[in-house]
Amino acid sequence: MCANIVEKTAVSGSGKGLTGWFTLTEAAVSYDHPFHVDLEHALNIDFVNEAAGPGARVSVELTLEAARALSTALLTAVERAEAYEAQ
Amino acid sequence: MPTTTDKYEGMIAESVSIPGHNGDMIHAYYARPIGDGPFPGIVWVHHFPGWDEWSKEVSRKLAYHGYAVVAPDLYCRVDHGSPEDVAVKIRGQGGVPDPQVVGDAAACRDFLRAQANSNGKVGVIGTCSGGRHAVLAASCAPGFDACVDLWGGGVVMRPEDLTEMRPVSPVDYTKQLDCALLGLFGNDDRAPTPEQVDVHEAALKQHGREYEFHRYDGAGHGFFYYDRPQAYRAEQAVDGWNKVLDFFARKLGS
Repeated sequence: MCANIVEKTAVSGSGKGLTGWFTLTEAAVSYDHPFHVDLEHALNIDFVNEAAGPGARVSVELTLEAARALSTALLTAVERAEAYEAQ
Repeated sequence: MPTTTDKYEGMIAESVSIPGHNGDMIHAYYARPIGDGPFPGIVWVHHFPGWDEWSKEVSRKLAYHGYAVVAPDLYCRVDHGSPEDVAVKIRGQGGVPDPQVVGDAAACRDFLRAQANSNGKVGVIGTCSGGRHAVLAASCAPGFDACVDLWGGGVVMRPEDLTEMRPVSPVDYTKQLDCALLGLFGNDDRAPTPEQVDVHEAALKQHGREYEFHRYDGAGHGFFYYDRPQAYRAEQAVDGWNKVLDFFARKLGS
């Protein structure tokens, strides 16, 4: 909560958490103290379904470099998928 | 003070429900020595990772040193689950309202002071966001006898960082701080930066507040956290804990 950087977006899809698959409703992207990775701050992505309780969560904690690489890969894959769907 | 080897010692540490801000029933971790007392009290304000194992562990550490400690679950009203899961939900909503935290801390103080074996003195302490909240509580809820801010980020806030949950920069309440303040900071920290600590210190001087700041070279954010290898600094943490215990002993008795 010290860096105060949080971006949220609605998402559609599924995620697999501790208790199995669940429907995703939202993703929160934050730059904040992580719980696990040994960094002062990490780029955290939390996929959640608030209606299903706080345990309905899939999370990753990334270095900034990894987050940028992931965002590039994500966008590239989306662009290729959109091209595939347009055929 | 810890007892000698020939004496019986013990403590009770358990979760309890007490009235918090606005009389809402909230959960709190209540760790206190067994005995007649009188015992000084401490309100431990947990950090962002939530009402977690570390917060309860340090509550027991202070109880070992002769304090009755109450650590409220600041996220209690929002949801229950693993501390991490609840904390993530809190992060997503931008934290918890500052006035509510102040009210919870004040309610815990009053709970401690009302105990038959209280010595009447109560301090407040926290790390990270809890350090910020401790400063806020000591400034906005008159009646604490000592305050310890352990690297609280966001005591000095830029106008653009103010939010609905955190509408006022705590440094702006410095004039209202009515007890002595101990602050421990790492010079490599970025929240708060050394420059932000300077601003806070200047405000304390301007308003003639009693304070002790100690700044550690070679330490950043969270240098007490032994379970965070990148953050933990053994030498600074040992010295810091000694300063915390010495400060509370002087201001609260033990």
